[in-house]
Amino acid sequence: MQRFLVRRIILLIPLLIGVSLVAFVISHAVPSDPMNAALGPKAVSDPEIVATYRAKWGLDEPLYVQYLTYVGNLLQGDLGRSIINRRPVADELGRFLPATMELATAAIILTVLIGMPLGVISAVRRNTWVDRVSRVISLIGVSVPVFWFALLGLFVFYARLGWLPGPGRLGIGVEPPDRVTGFYTVDALLMGDFQLFRDSLGHLVLPAIVLAGYSTGLITRVTRSAMLEVLGQDYVRTARSKGLREYRVMLRHALPNALIPTVTVLGLSYGSLLAGTVLTEIIFSWPGIGQYAYRSSTALDFPAIMGVTMLIALIFILVNLVVDAMYVFLDPRLR
Amino acid sequence: MLSHRAIDDTTRFLKSNQLALIGAVLVLGWVIVTVAAPVLAPYDPLEQNIVDRLQSPNASYLFGTDQLGRDVLSRVIFGGRLSLPAALLVVVIALGLGTVIGAVAGYWGGAWEEVLMRVTDVFIAFPTIILAMAVAAALGPNLSNAIVAMVVVWWPKYSRIVRGLVLSVRENEYVEASRAVGATEGHLLWRVVLPNCIAPALVMATLDFGNAILVFAGLSFLGLGPEPSTPEWGRMVSDGIQYFDQWWISAFPGLAIFTLVMAFNFVGDGLRDALDPRLRQQI
Repeated sequence: MQRFLVRRIILLIPLLIGVSLVAFVISHAVPSDPMNAALGPKAVSDPEIVATYRAKWGLDEPLYVQYLTYVGNLLQGDLGRSIINRRPVADELGRFLPATMELATAAIILTVLIGMPLGVISAVRRNTWVDRVSRVISLIGVSVPVFWFALLGLFVFYARLGWLPGPGRLGIGVEPPDRVTGFYTVDALLMGDFQLFRDSLGHLVLPAIVLAGYSTGLITRVTRSAMLEVLGQDYVRTARSKGLREYRVMLRHALPNALIPTVTVLGLSYGSLLAGTVLTEIIFSWPGIGQYAYRSSTALDFPAIMGVTMLIALIFILVNLVVDAMYVFLDPRLR
Repeated sequence: MLSHRAIDDTTRFLKSNQLALIGAVLVLGWVIVTVAAPVLAPYDPLEQNIVDRLQSPNASYLFGTDQLGRDVLSRVIFGGRLSLPAALLVVVIALGLGTVIGAVAGYWGGAWEEVLMRVTDVFIAFPTIILAMAVAAALGPNLSNAIVAMVVVWWPKYSRIVRGLVLSVRENEYVEASRAVGATEGHLLWRVVLPNCIAPALVMATLDFGNAILVFAGLSFLGLGPEPSTPEWGRMVSDGIQYFDQWWISAFPGLAIFTLVMAFNFVGDGLRDALDPRLRQQI
């Protein structure tokens, strides 16, 4: 177990080097010139301003020198400064990450609460109307365009019915709680401010549901097929023939084994949820890293693009690592 | 080439799986609408009619009009002309690229495999939409760059799948037999091993088609797809954001994406069930 994890962690090094290289190549070897975005067309036509600018940001160095400088700084936790607003990218990411994590965590909780029971019921009542309904729900979940679902939700529940608040993390003029975890809902509870808790929770509901659509669909179908496979195994038949009650067969014998593939997909979903927040965050004006990634991409702010893609890739890779470790934990045969 | 057996198999599959049948009918419907768009659309999708702008759905404009007085129905009908070929192009190019890389890695093994699969790992480490967005933005927002960006994120999964297939196919006895009668390594890989990997790889690609349409629409929604005036579904949804009360501007193009993607997923779901031998067993 330990050797397995150590091996996986050592393998992370070439992976991270590769990731940083790809991120670097994307943000540098491209036809669009970030200077146009940063300086504006008028200043770009002045060669002196351009030369000064290039020298200041090290853009006149050969690419490999720029890359090595970047990696050197990276190892010291320095992700460079945004070309657009000159702020350190690492600070910005630290500021935006909790909002995204709160949203993704809420979505993954919904995914587990809805998707897993739906998948289990679907498998147990295979080929009945319950199964069919749950399959259609899961297929709708993976088919609905998230940006459209978000707009639809806002239109119905905010604009028309007024049941839920509009975009943003808090109501207008509401002061955010003191930062402990960066999750507004949790921090509000820690402050004992229930008014604030309700406000932040209300704002979280709709974007979390929208974001959870795809992963819920995915988890439902994975749980269903995992359960179906397990239910066909001999040990389930043995358990039944011992005269165990059906719910006990399901909960003690079938479900734990069906959980193995489900947990894998769940972990991967959490990774994609963190990244998949781009569209959701834009529509809900949610100040997270998805929105940050979008703004820096369109502004060609390459230190920011590199920082955010690397951060998200790193989270993705770490989540995978945790999933693999969980796998070993859940399946004693692998120990 | 469709053999009788293929047709029989398809009919039996669709008969036994109602969802897949509904999906197939919907896909076919959308393909017909897309091909016949110039005949079916009541108006020119680009024609602006400022006098009639922002009209709610009515008898002359069934889906209403947008902020420039363009007919939403006609634009929705024409939208498939971008999304369908774009998704097809992405999947085909990515499948080609992934197949070559996966086949070389799986067949030759050794250092080739190590290098190619590590490169694949790196690209898989990036979440789809983030990488596609960064690439599309860097190359400059237009239709062909959106497709290039999607290919960049799409090929690695195919190269992984094809490598796995090649690894198992090359152990077959017919490969050994061809080698024994003097086939060259190149011939073995391209003419013997690969043709036997193509069918499962194609199925994977089909399952992915709906997803490609979704991501393409997403890029386009972000303004990283075709030009602003183009009748493209994702773009049309984003046009509607500023006209929140005129729900029809976003609602109908979104519904188009949704129904088309769902249709592909219905078919894909049925295919997956039919092909997964583990689920065939009776319980």
